[in-house]
Amino acid sequence: MATQAMFRIWRGDASGGEFRDYTTPVEEGMVVLDAVHRVQARLAPDMAVRWNCKAGKCGSCSAEINGMPKLMCMTRLSDLNLDMPVVIEPMHAFPPIRDLVTDVSWNFRVKKSIKKFRPRAPDAEDGSWRMQQADVERVQEFRKCIECFLCQDVCHVLREHHKHEEFIGPRFLVYAAALEMHPLDIEDRVTDLKNKHNIGYCNITTCCRQVCPEFITITENAIIPLKERVVDRFFDPLKQLLHIL
Amino acid sequence: MAEYRSYPYDVLVIGAGGAGLRAAIEAASTGLKVGVVCKSLLGKAHTVMAEGGVAAALANVDDRDNWRVHFADTMRGGQYLNNSRMAELHAKEAPDRVRELESWGALFDRTKDGRILQRNFGGHRYPRLAHVGDRTGLEMIRTLQDHGIHSGMEVHMECTVLSLLLDSGRVSGAFGYDREKGHFMLWPAKAVVLATGGIGRAFKITSNSWEYTGDGDALAYRAGAELLDMEFVQFHPTGMVWPISVRGILVTEGVRGEGGVLRNSEGKRFMFDDIPDNYKEQTADTEDEGWRYTIGDKNARRPPELLTRDHVARCINREVKAGRGSPHGGVYLDIAWIKQHIKNAPEHIKRKLPSMYHQFKELAGIDITKEPMEVGPTTHYMMGGIRVDGDSQMSTVPGLFAAGEVAAGLHGANRLGGNSLSDLIVFGQRAGHFAAEFAKHNDAIAIDAEQVQSAAAASITPFERGPAGENPYQIQYDLQDSMQDLVGIVRTEDEMQRALGVIDELRTRAARVGIAGNRQYNNGWHTAMDLDNMLLVSEAITRAALLRKESRGAQFREDFPDKDPEWGKYNIVVLRGAGGEMRVEKREIQPMSAELKGIIEEMK
Ligand code: SF4
Ligand code: SF4
Ligand code: FES
Repeated sequence: MATQAMFRIWRGDASGGEFRDYTTPVEEGMVVLDAVHRVQARLAPDMAVRWNCKAGKCGSCSAEINGMPKLMCMTRLSDLNLDMPVVIEPMHAFPPIRDLVTDVSWNFRVKKSIKKFRPRAPDAEDGSWRMQQADVERVQEFRKCIECFLCQDVCHVLREHHKHEEFIGPRFLVYAAALEMHPLDIEDRVTDLKNKHNIGYCNITTCCRQVCPEFITITENAIIPLKERVVDRFFDPLKQLLHIL
Repeated sequence: MAEYRSYPYDVLVIGAGGAGLRAAIEAASTGLKVGVVCKSLLGKAHTVMAEGGVAAALANVDDRDNWRVHFADTMRGGQYLNNSRMAELHAKEAPDRVRELESWGALFDRTKDGRILQRNFGGHRYPRLAHVGDRTGLEMIRTLQDHGIHSGMEVHMECTVLSLLLDSGRVSGAFGYDREKGHFMLWPAKAVVLATGGIGRAFKITSNSWEYTGDGDALAYRAGAELLDMEFVQFHPTGMVWPISVRGILVTEGVRGEGGVLRNSEGKRFMFDDIPDNYKEQTADTEDEGWRYTIGDKNARRPPELLTRDHVARCINREVKAGRGSPHGGVYLDIAWIKQHIKNAPEHIKRKLPSMYHQFKELAGIDITKEPMEVGPTTHYMMGGIRVDGDSQMSTVPGLFAAGEVAAGLHGANRLGGNSLSDLIVFGQRAGHFAAEFAKHNDAIAIDAEQVQSAAAASITPFERGPAGENPYQIQYDLQDSMQDLVGIVRTEDEMQRALGVIDELRTRAARVGIAGNRQYNNGWHTAMDLDNMLLVSEAITRAALLRKESRGAQFREDFPDKDPEWGKYNIVVLRGAGGEMRVEKREIQPMSAELKGIIEEMK
């Protein structure tokens, strides 16, 4: 492995910015976040970068590395070509705050707009429920989400068409799926999914699924079943009639 | 004059991990105005890293379990320095708090009859940890977050608190800045709950993220509160040791709970060699018995890998020092071996320990279903912290509460795995409840403009010195090196005296720290602002460790290697003296009720 590598990091804020090159020593086993920290400690102390766990569990360190949306803490330098500068940019789908940090607050507002969990009455007298492991596992897949928002970053509806005010994006379709398929939940979000969250904007390009660091099968397991519920409710004439009745 | 924005609340919660969110939910449920301030984005706090599970005597898997056993286990693990009232409340209330999470949407793994499944863990007599694979902490924080955002609380993300404000001895709010813009923020409040977590960043090898710089301990200390048990820092026995860049990242105890064993370079299960007397009766004699325990044989006893964390960490340390370690200075943790006993072992491991599988695969290129992991001790958890009333969680400063890792008492000299997640929800709930009560029954407070202005002025001096000043990152690294080397797993008088000297020097350097750029999302400035807190807790840890001339729980003194029954009667309290100096005092441990004494005797 090379002993030095060059990192081309975007520096700037909402008013604009530029790439700057930093060369720093590298060692076996390092990840991109380590290199960024080295640059920060020695060459650019005021560089803004967001991180917490450094173990792929908190979803804070999302960025675009050589054009690919990734967690910086889970991208090993040994998987990159270090003969070329490693290009590191903030996520594009969100407004820049500074350097590698973007304003992801929109995501937190979106979550609040989705109807919260509402359980059925408890099954047992002590207020608890009985659920089978198999039923729980289906939803556990969605609950693995670390809210890194990389899927939001690549979704063309947000990234290119900026439909942030209308479309909740793949992360929150996963969230809605987790609630809708929760064995205990009795809330109804199908109408909202169609009219308010505009699930129809998604045309199943699967870009979101491909970048998910938790390997959540976003499209097949979450979005498509939700779309089917919407179709059943609104486009199946018989069911529509039943629903109105 | 510095400008600031003001956001008044009835109850202000500082920190948004499990304890902070649980406290905020409770306080908000009373209809009061509740604000939450957190250093990171919502849902990113260190609670996400908790893997193994949440301890609660639900008795779903073994019906012999109940709160009395859980209480006795917690006290034994803490070497009887625990606040017994907290250990009692914790054991009694944890089951309700866990069931409540389920009613808010948490999805724990299930037993065959559809109830919450529980797993074995170090120091717990029966399978007691409710869990979700090995990502229980994420499940908990997400549940609290998703429930909390609909509870009426207001959240100030990415804000750091610089100081607590006082109004005639009572807490009156907090002052700090938002990281994004660098604006100053004032949060006047009738009651404040500190839930800032731990201090792991004071050490070099740690499982903690940048946030854990002892902010809550330092804020409370400066406001006049007492700190307790600061000498007890938990070194988790199993952190990753390789690659260097991931050194310290946690490897859950759940690996051992599922049958993982520790071996040295000679292939020996060295944990069988050293079983402390007070655990002999509960520990397996043979490898076979250990395995039978893992698969649920109620007549078998725990394998020695599941002894308490302090002990396992020291055994690993001993093996490495004796030259029987792994190539990168750890020992081997092997889960792959269970294929000798069960079919489909690789699938089983991936299902039970998905994030461990992922973590080693991605970060170390190791397939844990085939090869052993290399592990070694890592700074993990602070048993010590703010001294609080066992029932209400109020500190010695009126109106100032603390919950979770930043509060002391529950765990005594050593925490059992799984007892931290339950700590968060039990005492988070209590702190929120009593803070709300306090806010309701006490009058409005007044803000002292001078306190605000002086905190603001002090915080911006690094910019006046500019890049010519000391580099804040370097000071942090130097502190971490010294604490690791001089106040780590094995301690001596001599080394700790040296550490005090180093802390003094670093404090002088920290006073000359310089920052380039402006206040907008400037990580250099943020690091500089954390330094004072880290230095303060480092000093408190060192002074308390020096005073305790014995080895007990997480504290191991090479110059006093034995437990001293006399020291078993005291906790150590750290507080600020009248002249601003740090005072360290022995304090007799809180008396225990006859009922609790009886339980301990019965289960000895
Ligand atoms: S599949 Fe749908 S949600 Fe996912 S990226 Fe494509 S359009 Fe967006
Ligand atoms: S679904 Fe996957 S990519 Fe999207 S936020 Fe969650 S973890 Fe990240
Ligand atoms: S720092 Fe937590 S996911 Fe990268």
